[in-house]
Amino acid sequence: METKTIQYTLKDFKSDQAVRWCPGCGDYAVLNTMQKVMAELGVAPHNTAVISGIGCSSRLPYYVSGYGFHSIHGRGAAVATGVKVANPALTVWQITGDGDCLAIGGNHFIHSVRRNIDINVLLFNNQIYGLTKGQYSPTTKKGYVTKSSPFGTIERPFRPAELTFGAGGTFFGRVLDVDLKSSHMTMMAAAQHKGTSIVETLVNCVIFNDGAHNWLSEKATRYDRVIILEHGKPMIFGANNDKGLVLDGFNLKVVTIGENGITENDILVHDAKCQDSTLQLKLALMEGPDFPVALGVIRNVEAESYDEAVVNQIHEIQAKSKIKTFDDLIDSCEQWEM
Amino acid sequence: MSSTKTTEMENVVVRFSGDSGDGMQLTGTLFSNLSAILGNEISTFPDFPSEIRAPQGTLGGVSGFQVHLGAGKIYTPGDDADVLVAMNPAALKVNAKGVKKGGVIIFDEDSFRKSDMEKAGFKTENPFEELNISETIQLIPAPLSSMTQSSLEGFEMDAKSILRSKNMFALGLICWLFNRPVDQAVHFLENKFSKKKSILEANIKVLTDGFNYGGNLHLSVNTYKIEKSHDVPKGKYTSINGNKATAWGLIAASKKAGLELFLGSYPITPATDIMQELALRKDLGVKVIQAEDEIAGITTALGASFAGALAATSTSGPGLALKSEAIGLAVMAELPIVIVDVMRGGPSTGLPTKTEQTDLLQALYGRNGESPAVVIAASTPADCFHYAFMASKIALEHMTPVILLTDAFIGNGTSLWKLPKLAELPEIKPNFAQPGMEGLNVTARNEETKARYWSVPGIEGFNHRNGGLEKDYNSGSISTDAANHQKMVDTRQAKVDYISNVIPELVVEGDASADLLVIGWGTTHGHLMTAVNSLNKKGKKVALAHFNYINPLPKNTEEVIKKFKKVIVCELNNGQFATYLRSKVPGEYLQYNKVQGQPFTVSEIESHLETIL
Repeated sequence: METKTIQYTLKDFKSDQAVRWCPGCGDYAVLNTMQKVMAELGVAPHNTAVISGIGCSSRLPYYVSGYGFHSIHGRGAAVATGVKVANPALTVWQITGDGDCLAIGGNHFIHSVRRNIDINVLLFNNQIYGLTKGQYSPTTKKGYVTKSSPFGTIERPFRPAELTFGAGGTFFGRVLDVDLKSSHMTMMAAAQHKGTSIVETLVNCVIFNDGAHNWLSEKATRYDRVIILEHGKPMIFGANNDKGLVLDGFNLKVVTIGENGITENDILVHDAKCQDSTLQLKLALMEGPDFPVALGVIRNVEAESYDEAVVNQIHEIQAKSKIKTFDDLIDSCEQWEM
Repeated sequence: MSSTKTTEMENVVVRFSGDSGDGMQLTGTLFSNLSAILGNEISTFPDFPSEIRAPQGTLGGVSGFQVHLGAGKIYTPGDDADVLVAMNPAALKVNAKGVKKGGVIIFDEDSFRKSDMEKAGFKTENPFEELNISETIQLIPAPLSSMTQSSLEGFEMDAKSILRSKNMFALGLICWLFNRPVDQAVHFLENKFSKKKSILEANIKVLTDGFNYGGNLHLSVNTYKIEKSHDVPKGKYTSINGNKATAWGLIAASKKAGLELFLGSYPITPATDIMQELALRKDLGVKVIQAEDEIAGITTALGASFAGALAATSTSGPGLALKSEAIGLAVMAELPIVIVDVMRGGPSTGLPTKTEQTDLLQALYGRNGESPAVVIAASTPADCFHYAFMASKIALEHMTPVILLTDAFIGNGTSLWKLPKLAELPEIKPNFAQPGMEGLNVTARNEETKARYWSVPGIEGFNHRNGGLEKDYNSGSISTDAANHQKMVDTRQAKVDYISNVIPELVVEGDASADLLVIGWGTTHGHLMTAVNSLNKKGKKVALAHFNYINPLPKNTEEVIKKFKKVIVCELNNGQFATYLRSKVPGEYLQYNKVQGQPFTVSEIESHLETIL
């Protein structure tokens, strides 16, 4: 596999197809950041495979140069698994949405996370079915009125982080479409992580769920409402960088630096590499208005990836077995002359 | 006084029957294999319940293993048994009807206590009378349990393990009955229990005692002598079941094509053995994913196919239903994949361990859209190897999903298999994009065969996007253009139709000058051939045309069918192949159908054919 021998640019990862999302769709920004990260990774387009299921975001592979497979609804994780296991040398990205990933594809999602296959998953979460024109999804907020919930949904939504952590995930990050710098940092870390990297991508659907993430994305208040987590850095946020997170018993608490004798030294330092995910999960589940929503790399731990384990086991058995060829296999069976 | 005499027989059918924990499958397999080593043709059929351990001694827990062996050509595991071994009253009750007149029933008299008989639902103390067993059948009571117990006296084994060895006593007795030296059975046991010395010693001891017990039986018993078979071509043989043969056929194809083999699968009776067999073959580099469900089984395989592997998935009817959408994706993305359907009784969960041919129309048509796929069917346990190999070859060379239909009968049954060498197998040349074709579109194809060129990730110059949306014939970009869609539909159909040029022509067996043609497909060949041969021997004119290639049909199908005045399609469903044939080669087809979860019997076919001759 070629790495770093050629300098790639964003353009090298653009296909000849016109991007056909709605004007103003949050997916554009994510695509752009992704292509930037791909270029910086230094993996050649022909060693890159982008796999998707069905939905607005799942059109993304058409717009990326390299190899792409736009499969069927919900099955992207399984297709990507097959691609990576068949050829572990490829860098594999999976593009999926909240319906594709968490409703019809929920089973494949939790099992790919459990197996820890080395794929980079961008989970576009706009809390709505866009391509089928506005039905509620598994992440739609309870009570929300959509075309299929004309009197408000009565369902409790999934929180993607909880599923990822519950399935033993080794990487969880979260990005917001409009926050480019943290998106870039998080996607880069996801791509470099060996194993299943889940990046929940909060995107705005301008047509069917416009403003779903407005509470976070409004520029004026954004940095009071989100915290960008980086491994080894204190959990400080706020437009004036004066707020932080501390532990209060088993719970997190927002404090203001300089008030009540709180100094920077009292603020928790983020440990994304801690195997115990208790605190990381608490961070991932923070919600406003009492807490900032966590963006960035929330969990990033090392573990053997599935594709690696498949190859390792094959090598181990091959070293031991007397059967090296098909003809050896035939010779190994009970046989007689007739 | 012993007055043993020996009867020479051409063919004989033996059925071993007992509780599902009695080891009947092992006993039957050992006896079949040692008969094959002694030069007989064999065909076997295990018939076991879907319950893993039904309550002991009940009818639901009866597990059987039938073997047909002989000096002549053996096509089937046989209809009724010459010899039945019944380990308990339930086994006797389930199998008594299937014993030939003049046959022998050996039973474990220790297992015929009052409580045993009650469990099997007998109302009187004489089960033989109650079952109205023909007087011509010879009953041989043998105290298998107590003899096994005394045989293993002094062995450091618990009572349960000792009793579990009684199947070896029965095997020893059967070896004596058929004049089979036990040495070969000992040799098999040595291989099987090489790591469990104490079990090995116990089994050998019981086996030998069982054999000697036969010699000391003070009964007037016929023993059997079966000559060696002279019909089989010379060479090295083994006995193999259809699921293993299928797995090995896929391996052979991957090696021949120079590709890695990838199987995505999910456990389902009666197909699971294929996955298990391939999971063993890490030494040959086979990659197996036991997926989270049937859909992931095929979609992981499709991912592997996209990435350039020989991809396969294995399943049975309900699983094929779940895979339908992904097969449609393989049709649309024009990716090679082999889907093995080991058919069982349906619909729904149906009869998981029993056999049927009821998935044919599902395989042919069970998808949305105009979605042609290649469908082929194997007809014996051993030829599952050949058809799995050919399924792979067609998929890789013609860039299409291929559905291979086998079933519980040939998947679990065994037959003799002449061992192949890789070098003797046909070449496989995947339809790869070649150097010099850089920049081609995802829909670019061989003009003659219509097979799309396969370019795989990791190779520079062939970047492309594939998927389930309709594509433009010329540019490969997604398209909803009306005329283009028609063209693409026609092209995918033409690609599958073209394959009729590369498959063998339909062969007529039996009396080709007959007026009556019997048509069958897949697993029924043995029964149909035996019936047709038998009628021919009686001077009755009848021919057989048996199909392994179903979509597309062999080129000469119409020509063959039109030669006959009367045609009857025999199949283990309600007429699915007959329906298909009527649409492809219009005409009048009689039908003979059976949907009982069991294979045909030769006698039922023969007598039906006699009524329409």
